[in-house]
Amino acid sequence: MVERRGLSAVLHDRVIPVGTILLVIIALWYVFAIILNAPFERDQAARANTTISTGQLIANTMAQERPVLPAPHQVAAEIRKTVFDIAPTSKRSLVYHGGVTLSSTLLGFAFGTLLGIILAIAIVHSRTLDKSLMPWIITSQTVPILAIAPMIIVVLNAVNITGLLPKAMISTYLSFFPVAVGMVKGLRSPEIMHLDLMRTYNASKAQIFWKLRWPASMPYLFTSMKIAVAISLVGAIVGELPTGAVAGIGARLLAGSYYGQTVQIWAALIAAALMAAILVSLIGVISTLVNRRMGVRS
Amino acid sequence: MTVVTLRPKAKTMADVAPRNVIDVKDLSLVFQTNDGPVNALSNIDLVVNSGEFVSFIGPSGCGKTTLLRVIADLEQPTSGNISVNGMTPSQAREKRAYGYVFQAAALYPWRTIGGNISLPLEVMGIPKEERKARIARNLELVNLAGFDKKFPWQLSGGMQQRASIARALSFDPDMLLMDEPFGALDEIVRDHLNEQLLKLWAKTQKTVIFVTHSIPEAVFLSTKIVVMSPRPGRIHEIIDCNLGSERTLDIRETPEFLEIAHRVREGLRHGHSYDEAHL
Repeated sequence: MVERRGLSAVLHDRVIPVGTILLVIIALWYVFAIILNAPFERDQAARANTTISTGQLIANTMAQERPVLPAPHQVAAEIRKTVFDIAPTSKRSLVYHGGVTLSSTLLGFAFGTLLGIILAIAIVHSRTLDKSLMPWIITSQTVPILAIAPMIIVVLNAVNITGLLPKAMISTYLSFFPVAVGMVKGLRSPEIMHLDLMRTYNASKAQIFWKLRWPASMPYLFTSMKIAVAISLVGAIVGELPTGAVAGIGARLLAGSYYGQTVQIWAALIAAALMAAILVSLIGVISTLVNRRMGVRS
Repeated sequence: MTVVTLRPKAKTMADVAPRNVIDVKDLSLVFQTNDGPVNALSNIDLVVNSGEFVSFIGPSGCGKTTLLRVIADLEQPTSGNISVNGMTPSQAREKRAYGYVFQAAALYPWRTIGGNISLPLEVMGIPKEERKARIARNLELVNLAGFDKKFPWQLSGGMQQRASIARALSFDPDMLLMDEPFGALDEIVRDHLNEQLLKLWAKTQKTVIFVTHSIPEAVFLSTKIVVMSPRPGRIHEIIDCNLGSERTLDIRETPEFLEIAHRVREGLRHGHSYDEAHL
């Protein structure tokens, strides 16, 4: 096989396979948009006692104001309008709403990662905590977040904590879990021989942690952080739903569904998906940089 | 802060005279397993003097590695006495009396070769400048000068094991405990490393305890060969073996060498038949 390098490698390994799937998805999307939006057009035509040609029908299905499923180009146009044409300070700007969601996502993710790491350190160093904490950590994730999120918002509102923090707390609640579980595994990943070696040096627990357990856990940390950041975003959006639709991607989704603005909903959904993709790849980039420093063979 | 002296101390009369570095008396170790107790070590008596090169040889299950781990305070004996440098093994470990070399190089993959040799020095709180000097000196000692910036995976298995020996020597312990360090390497590399190890031993004057299952390796390297046998793990015979200080690989063809190798082989076989007679 020919070894490819640089731009050509990126093109062959990433752009072509991912791009192909994207094209297939968009094509399928158009097909479904036509199928799902067609009944409305036929209905309209029947009411007006006119017949409609197939060509006209297809054209109409892609230009409805409130389609069941908006066509990709309608969503793209909506995103372009709300991102580039409207000032980012306006409440109609997707950048504004995205920024609100992003800030609580990042705050919740930072707290969640920190909490997860602290819990993992405690669990790895204490048998008692391992036995007592771990079952509760797992149980915490069996509570449906959709049920508990409004409670958190309402309770915190009652004690005058509003805005960013309650939403960030829901993100934290979701994102600490993968980090805690991943890091428990990561901090326990050193081989017996590597641990024995530290014992022969009479190393302290702190030295064993910083010189062995912590560096050995890095691959686990980044893998779990990728999951954590994605569900932090979900948590922030869920947290925005019961806030009375003030601001954020979640508010945008809720408002869209109140007024039947399907194009707006889909634009917000795509924006959220893009944000998640960017956040996950950012962590991937950091992970690659750390790996390079730690001499992982590429 | 622990400050480890740089050079071996100047030899005084007391140092030159044979001194019991390791003294084991009637030591036993029983592992409790799901299949019942296993007598890993049974009534071990052993004395190792300062500057000796002692090999433990025997089939798997004879407890040679376990005995080494007891000396290193990595396993606790069930009964009997053991002193290391006149202390308990745990005190000796706390005083960093020995450097341990494992079957695998056990280098930390995220550290460079230099970083790996620096590891025990960092743990022991040795200042940076001093660490640098020691890394350079010990890499040179094992013929790896210039490799300090490489990561372990960039080195061959033999080079990795040499780096791990440099790591064990870096804090200048009195003793080197080696657990089948060359077992995973091919014969040619092993021969070469044996020769290097012998030179190293002559140069550093350290007490070496060396676990192996290779008869030629044991005879070539040792001043004393401890032949062990399994079930229960015990010392079958201790064979003195001093082929002089100027040994090269050619010595393995000499009658003296073959004579000792024959005795070791007989000892191993005897240990085994004794075992079978009991089954």
